[in-house]
Amino acid sequence: MNTLLILSALGVIALFAEIFRFRKGLFPLILLGLAAAFIFTANQYNHPHVFFGMMNFDNYAVIFSCSILVIAFLWFMMAKNYFLQETSVTDHFSLILFSLVGAVVMVSFSNLTMLFLGIEILSVSVYVLAASDKSNVMSNESGFKYFLMGSFATGFLLFGITLIYGVTGSFDLATIHTQLTTTNEKGLVLAGILLLLVGLSFKSSLAPFHFWAPDVYEGAPTTVTTYMATVVKTAAFAAFFRLFSTCFTAAGNWSDILWWMVVLTLFIGNVSAVRQKSLKRLLAYSSVAHAGYIAIAIVSMSATSASAIFYYTLTYSISSITAFTILFIVSRYKGSKDISAFEGMSKANPLLAFAMTVAMLSLAGIPPTAGFFAKYYVFLTAINHGNTLLVLLAVIAALIGIYYYFRVIIAMYFKPEQQLVPIQVGPLHRTVLIITTVLTLLLGLFPNLVLGWI
Amino acid sequence: MLLILFAFAVMGLFVPIRYGNRFAFISSLIVFAYSLYLFLTFPISAEYQYVADYSWVQSLGIHFKVGIDGISILLVMLTTFLTPLIIFSVRKSEPRPRAFYSLILFMEMALIGVFVSMDGFLFYIFWEIALIPIYFICLLWGGKDRVKITLKFFIYTIAGSLFMLVALIYLYLHTPAQHSFDISALYAAGKSLDPHAQSILFWFFFLAFGIKMPVFPLHTWQPDTYTDAPTQGTMMLSGIMLKMGIYGLIRWMIPMLPQGLAQNAECMLWLAVAGIIYAGIIAFTQKDMKRLFAYSSIAHVGLIAAGIFAFNGQGLQGGIIQMLSHGINVVGLFFIIDIIQSRTGTRNIPSLGGIRLKAPYLATVFAIIMLGAIALPLTDGFPGEFLLISGVFKFNNIAGAVAGFTIIIGAVYMLRTYQNSMLGETSVETDNFTDLTMTEKTVLIPIVIMVILIGVWPNLFLKVSEPAIMKLLSGI
Repeated sequence: MNTLLILSALGVIALFAEIFRFRKGLFPLILLGLAAAFIFTANQYNHPHVFFGMMNFDNYAVIFSCSILVIAFLWFMMAKNYFLQETSVTDHFSLILFSLVGAVVMVSFSNLTMLFLGIEILSVSVYVLAASDKSNVMSNESGFKYFLMGSFATGFLLFGITLIYGVTGSFDLATIHTQLTTTNEKGLVLAGILLLLVGLSFKSSLAPFHFWAPDVYEGAPTTVTTYMATVVKTAAFAAFFRLFSTCFTAAGNWSDILWWMVVLTLFIGNVSAVRQKSLKRLLAYSSVAHAGYIAIAIVSMSATSASAIFYYTLTYSISSITAFTILFIVSRYKGSKDISAFEGMSKANPLLAFAMTVAMLSLAGIPPTAGFFAKYYVFLTAINHGNTLLVLLAVIAALIGIYYYFRVIIAMYFKPEQQLVPIQVGPLHRTVLIITTVLTLLLGLFPNLVLGWI
Repeated sequence: MLLILFAFAVMGLFVPIRYGNRFAFISSLIVFAYSLYLFLTFPISAEYQYVADYSWVQSLGIHFKVGIDGISILLVMLTTFLTPLIIFSVRKSEPRPRAFYSLILFMEMALIGVFVSMDGFLFYIFWEIALIPIYFICLLWGGKDRVKITLKFFIYTIAGSLFMLVALIYLYLHTPAQHSFDISALYAAGKSLDPHAQSILFWFFFLAFGIKMPVFPLHTWQPDTYTDAPTQGTMMLSGIMLKMGIYGLIRWMIPMLPQGLAQNAECMLWLAVAGIIYAGIIAFTQKDMKRLFAYSSIAHVGLIAAGIFAFNGQGLQGGIIQMLSHGINVVGLFFIIDIIQSRTGTRNIPSLGGIRLKAPYLATVFAIIMLGAIALPLTDGFPGEFLLISGVFKFNNIAGAVAGFTIIIGAVYMLRTYQNSMLGETSVETDNFTDLTMTEKTVLIPIVIMVILIGVWPNLFLKVSEPAIMKLLSGI
């Protein structure tokens, strides 16, 4: 609960910053606030705390909140420039902070209304943020598209919640679970679950509800895209898993449907990424593909699923931050988001190229990076659950993935350099890149560091 | 103890810029000296020595467990023997940045890791890590089509590896509760499966190892990659890296899945034999020397694979000694090609000739290594091929006869290459050929010594691996 209080307070302070003119001090204040929130959250580990039956801060919630806060911290360091250049800085700060509140609610709800509230708090802020580059048509389109499609998905979600409520007479997850085991209204339950599935798949960009993702990711300012690919995705999957693992394990054969959606996602995401010229769009499709891998752990609901999802979202977010930060730096410098903008980078900026290589290897899932262990762990969970065929398909999809991630690496190391002038990297970005790269390698070599917690 | 080895290899990453070459050479020599010490003091026994076991990912039963037995010590020796030579073979006129050397050292580390791992997961990690440095070596310093070719190579090999990963996970889940990746646990798990499941897993593993070796028909990445890679890359690939695949067969695949082997041995054997013939015939028509030796390498590896799939004492022993001699020969041959190419600017056999008149040393060295590759008695190829063929013969007479026959094809195209490049009249390209320099001699002389040493005294190496082989055979 403290986490929510601190984050909300920070958001409100950020709103007032404009009036009381302390914009300069806001940035360090927010970093401090996030750190404080992290400490308070981590303190709750092993001290489950139920809040009026609406929220349940169990270990699952604590771990995911911590992971979201860490990612958000890194994200703020990466995105500082975004706040410097725009006119309405403080609004952005507070929007992001409020959306973090939504994310924390999404990982710790124990009541369907809270799930809905969390998703809405998160989404509404992100709709606005996606359109925050006001002078850019693409950004406006992106925000509008996201908003329209997102509202639809919310509608589905709400409808699903209603149906489930109709059958069980409760919003409470535990009550729903017990009610569902005895109910005779199988059809209604399945319909409700499917509608919820649609709503959540939209948020976590699972095919065939992924169509918004490439356009929105590409149009939104790079920093906001990063936020969507990392924090939003983590929260969406955490909520997805929390809902389905506590309520619907015994009900309906939704996992067969999800099975097909996962296969579809894996192949649509990976195959579409192959032909992309723009790195940003490539990363958008790759983010769809990664949603597929994460969802494998949900299909194979078992004891290790939660930690597999946690590990995967964390490492994916960390590598994504590296990739997007470098994209951000390069695109500002060269004015292009294409892969060709990276040509010859290994000569001009060897360290930047190295960091990007590590990120790409991690996204492609090649040892010794964290991405490999994440995939391995998901595959292990799936085979343990008997989904060997799904894993084989995922392996083939991963091979396609290697092809396009390596296009970036090849561009950096092979193509003749167009500009030998090294790109200047600011100290803050440098810190972020060092932290994320080290974390990617460290978590790959010692997955034990985070694995034992959940 | 083995960790010291790793420490040295990792240290190579922080070489001072200017002394890149020298530093890499010296550190690889130190590693060699250390492994030589291990080899000389190695007790002849079937047990693993110098076992180091640390818990790595506790909750998943993954250990950092390494150890050396009679089979792996030979391969570690091979790796550490060849790496200094490969590093030293870089010519002064083509300076390489230190990244090149650190990649080679990094690769050496991964290769040694593969050969000493006693944990399935660790083995897989090293197996994959070995791929990254060689990919960059080929990508950054390769020939003109390198981008396409190296990517094909990378995706090809990783495709195989991923299937192996699936199979490893499958086996891991069949180990008793509190699953473990320990080699003995995996052996037990594999053996307990029914023959049908074993057979399927067998194919999964075969994809990984067969692509790496490469065995016909999974070899299509190999000639292009060998041809386009820089000389040192080719040496690494052919001299050491393909031994990973063979080692994987002996150490992991066959002991884990004996029933899988029993069901598929016939098929595998004929695939291998088909590969020998196929590669031999193609090599026959090659004009590019590097390509010719790439195909001849497929033929040699095919024979090794056949011997291993026959799975008897002779076959395995022959396979191991042949791995050593093939590694040594092929590194020597590719280096000689590099010498010829740097002098004449061509690898095209018809435009060469008469080099013997200009460079007697080179011609002599080339002859010795070539005879080793042809498997003339008293050279290193002979004991290996002899054992391999008798192993195959024991398993299947016809296959043995066919495999034996292919040695003749090998001899024909090798000798023809020698004749056309070394003997005869000099051509425009070879008119100004100079003989070996000091550096080149330093690389080639140890190789020649080894060619003869293994040929004359194979027992020095055979006796080391024998107890381990016997243990493997009795375990099935």
